[in-house]
Amino acid sequence: MQVEVRGITKCFGAVRANDDISFTVPSATIEGILGENGAGKSTLMKILSGFYRPDSGDILLDGKKVEIDDPADAIRQGIGMLHQDPLDFPPLKVIDDFLLGKRGGLLPRRRAVIREFNELAARFDFSIDPESYVDTLTVGERQQLEILRLLWLGARVLILDEPTTGISLPQKEKLFATLKKLAAEGMTVLFVSHKLEDVESLCNRATVLRQGRLVGTMEPPFDTKALVGMMFGKEVPQEPKAQPRMGGTVLHARQVDLEGIRIQIKGVDLKVRAGEVIGLAGMEGSGQTLFLSACAGLAQPVQGSFCLDEEEKDMTGRTYHEFRKRGVAYLPAARLEQALIPGLTLTEHFILAEGMKGFFIDRKKSEELARRRISLFNIKGRPDSPVESLSGGNQQRALLALMRDPLKLILVEHPTRGLDIESTIYIWGKLKERCAHGTAIVFISSDLDEILKYSDRVLVFFAGKVTPPLDARTLSVERLGRLIGGKDWDRLETEAAHA
Amino acid sequence: MNDAALITSIAGVLAAAAPVLFAVIGETISERAGVLNLSMNGMILLSAMGSFAVALATDSVVLGFLAGAAIGAFIAFVVAFASLTLRQSQVAVGFVLAQLCRDLSYFLGNPIMGKVGPRISQVPIPVLERIPVLGTIFFRQDAMTYLSFVLIVLAWFFIFKTRPGLVLRGVGERPAAAYIRGANVNRQRYVYAVIGGAIAGLAGPIYSLSIKAGWKGTISGLDGIGWIVLSITIFGGWKPFRAAFGAYLFAFLQWLGLVLQPSLPSVPSQVLQVAPFPLMILTLLFVNIGNAEWVDRSLARLPENVRRDIAKVLRALNATPPAGLGTPFEKE
Amino acid sequence: MRDTRANRLLFQIGAVLFALLVTVLVLFLAGAQPFAAYKYIVLGALGSWDVVTNVLVSWVPLLLATSGLLVTFTVGLWNIGIEGQITLGAVFTTWAMRLLQDSGWNPTLILVLALLAGILGGTLWALLAGVLRTFGGVNEIFGGLGLNFVATALNIWLIFGPWKRPGVASMSGTLPFDRALWMPIAAGSSRLTPATLVMAVVGIIAVYAMIEGTYFGLRLKAVGKNPKAAYILGIPTWQNMMASFAICGVFAGLAGAVQVTAVYHRLIPSISSGYGYLGLMVALLVGYRASLAAPVALFFAALNVGSIQLPIILKLDSSLAGVLQGTLVLFVMLGNGIRARLIKKGT
Repeated sequence: MQVEVRGITKCFGAVRANDDISFTVPSATIEGILGENGAGKSTLMKILSGFYRPDSGDILLDGKKVEIDDPADAIRQGIGMLHQDPLDFPPLKVIDDFLLGKRGGLLPRRRAVIREFNELAARFDFSIDPESYVDTLTVGERQQLEILRLLWLGARVLILDEPTTGISLPQKEKLFATLKKLAAEGMTVLFVSHKLEDVESLCNRATVLRQGRLVGTMEPPFDTKALVGMMFGKEVPQEPKAQPRMGGTVLHARQVDLEGIRIQIKGVDLKVRAGEVIGLAGMEGSGQTLFLSACAGLAQPVQGSFCLDEEEKDMTGRTYHEFRKRGVAYLPAARLEQALIPGLTLTEHFILAEGMKGFFIDRKKSEELARRRISLFNIKGRPDSPVESLSGGNQQRALLALMRDPLKLILVEHPTRGLDIESTIYIWGKLKERCAHGTAIVFISSDLDEILKYSDRVLVFFAGKVTPPLDARTLSVERLGRLIGGKDWDRLETEAAHA
Repeated sequence: MNDAALITSIAGVLAAAAPVLFAVIGETISERAGVLNLSMNGMILLSAMGSFAVALATDSVVLGFLAGAAIGAFIAFVVAFASLTLRQSQVAVGFVLAQLCRDLSYFLGNPIMGKVGPRISQVPIPVLERIPVLGTIFFRQDAMTYLSFVLIVLAWFFIFKTRPGLVLRGVGERPAAAYIRGANVNRQRYVYAVIGGAIAGLAGPIYSLSIKAGWKGTISGLDGIGWIVLSITIFGGWKPFRAAFGAYLFAFLQWLGLVLQPSLPSVPSQVLQVAPFPLMILTLLFVNIGNAEWVDRSLARLPENVRRDIAKVLRALNATPPAGLGTPFEKE
Repeated sequence: MRDTRANRLLFQIGAVLFALLVTVLVLFLAGAQPFAAYKYIVLGALGSWDVVTNVLVSWVPLLLATSGLLVTFTVGLWNIGIEGQITLGAVFTTWAMRLLQDSGWNPTLILVLALLAGILGGTLWALLAGVLRTFGGVNEIFGGLGLNFVATALNIWLIFGPWKRPGVASMSGTLPFDRALWMPIAAGSSRLTPATLVMAVVGIIAVYAMIEGTYFGLRLKAVGKNPKAAYILGIPTWQNMMASFAICGVFAGLAGAVQVTAVYHRLIPSISSGYGYLGLMVALLVGYRASLAAPVALFFAALNVGSIQLPIILKLDSSLAGVLQGTLVLFVMLGNGIRARLIKKGT
């Protein structure tokens, strides 16, 4: 189906999220929609999939002007959207999730639907048990389920919003193969991403948005430098990797066994030394979040122990606050849900994090403190701004500003997820500054480049197995990708035996 | 106690559980859609008083029951309107309505206090009633008790086996996902809150037109039932059969209190009357304790097989509420 | 519509008028003369110095309960168990008084010890709800309700059992204490006790200062708004919840102690007089703002006292006060919701 937008404009208050955007995507095309955060990609896709009505402009399908009332109407007209976090029902069975929303009689014909589901899944070589529960699937499988569902409902245009963020390399390859197959059958695919390499390896065309406007369209072969130029309007500097200066032990995980809701990890052994950065890689749900939270006392090992400092102080079974007293900080990925307190101002956050002494609040002193930190961390906000009014990047800066001195160990989940390149560079600059002063960092990322670029050593998690620490300087993207996907693990063991 | 008395008692427990059952099933449906209707306590009182007043004025129990359902539906509508459309806290609105309806029933019920009005009677089912033991227990009840049996099965079938029931579960679990599948989330929530309210509203007339016929104001002994209903809903894990078990357990405990009375003369009757209430709520401790963080923390160090057994027991007891319960839904 | 002080006031006045209107309808439905009812409520609350002091007598425990609830609301808890906490305060106070009444000690000392015992009782009962919540995973609403029933059962058992009047036990409660052990009454009034008035006023001021001006208050707010993030920021979660339960228990226990030592001078079955639930209503009406709690609690107390005479004069049930309070809170909530909607639409 051919998709055309003409003069789409959408404002939120004073912000023009989409400003007079027009383009046409012919059928059987995979169109990449590129742009940094806030460029207007999501808004445009939400207009196409019926979440928003444009302030002005038209949408044409196969040359015919259409009105899209809501997401369900969009799918009736053939437009299906796959959300970054699949919008499904974790507590339901796969088959119930699949048929929820399909109209019909009072009783669903479950057996017939299961047959159709299996046939459809077989076409794309997906193996999902229709009787299993959605919350037992990986993110990649949940995407597959959504794709099957949208196809079953008759989607002829598929919109994918940052689909490669949370999935493993093999799952990504499978996804790309599926999309190519669908395009070959005449499907139109809109692939929204800020990852150039994904767009370059998958798309037939790329359209770039910047600050709500369409800045250009490019066909293969893609000129990476030109695309980056279009996306950011300027060259983005890359920092050279400095040699780590490693000191004594700050954390020692000894033969740790962990049990999560659906994951078990056995025998992790890791010594984290002062000043180094350790990246935890793996597909989402492979156990790295469980391990990281256990390093902070937020989860308990069932075997083994966690020790802090040179003197190997045993902290097993202690709470996060006891870890915190000894200089450990944890930065969760969900900023507004787990790390900041909506409704309180920046000043109030600084007061709380500082653990100020006394009984009555010293307003003057706390506002000074807030002003100092705000300018030091370059936060766009005022001392009395509520945190929820800040942008994602500024919230992340505020999180860094909230960390106390001195710290021995910082544990970070996805330090730059959802941030634009400028903020990413800034955040890592600040983190590296800490390392220079002897703080160790352990972080999780699903972005392989980020893992390789910033880590000194890397731990790969796969289905509860964990590699020994690998030297990031000798690790290639390909090897990392294969390990994340569960390949080469036996070779790893022989290597370890030789070493 | 002889066998005949025991059989009659069991039949009595089933009948006494009927109003609680209606209220619990109504609340379960409402909460499944994501609307916590905390007004239950006052609503049952108001529907008991209101339905009795209507039945008294019209001399029709049918109109009385309809009035009870209408009152329940209306109160539920107010909860839904205040929370879904006006975005006020469901707990706060429900609590205020619980208090308001309670006072309203006492105030408006003042003139009909102690009057004798119509009531429904037992309708033995021919043939079946003559089955030994079971006949007395199940088939010599009044219409609403029969209906309460049907209601359990019907509610279970609707929620877990039908297409609209599936959407209902979806709306309560993840409204955003239900929305993209074409469900009008707020309308669904309104509809099920009001239907649930109407079903729960029948609890009132079952009391005032059957079990505790008449209206006796503050000494009706109905104040507190609604809070029990809410805890049985949790105990029932939002599943009709488990909820029914809770309702019968509560009725049984109340009956036990009455039976034990003569053998415990030192305990005032007022104490035994309220005894099932704290017991019922303490059972919540068992269905909730698995959610507590320290349980995880201490379980982690136990030997693996012991840990698995305990975890299995906790999981079986545990009740997880619909994820969207009490939270408003915004399209964006 | 813009968010201005003027239209906020307008909406609040509108809510009050609507509440009055609905109550008028309710009164018509009950076949009563609305204006007569209102008139007698006003007269019943303001008609004489004696009834005015009665309003103040009722204001004290209500304000104490509200003050405590503001603390638990700050940390995000619905302490519905406050009724039981008031009851336990009264039970512990009565217990202390019974132990000490024949000791021959200074009556002031006995009263002080009795108040402290009441505070202890309220606090223990509140901490029990806290333990159920933190270590049992039982939502404080349902745990609190259960404990309310237990407290009622305990209270009735004591009145009809171990503490029953010589001769026959009755719903009228235990034997009244000696007059020497009553809280001192102000000259020229029949029931007003200045000491308790001071407690209530100091209490609400302390709560206001604590929530708005101290590090502790800010920590409570943080836990109330986002417990997970507060924990990550280094703020102990359950300890702060327990602390606020305990503080609320102190206030509730004191309210119960006041009921025994200054109002009823004995233990009666409904010793809490529903001040706990009414305190929740006050807290909801003022939107958890401590600054407005005192006047609103005074108004509610006036409604309660004003409607006491209704059954005798107009043959109306005195629960009219509750109807008025309930509709008022309901319509203020609905008004807030409508106003927020209009403001959102206007932007």
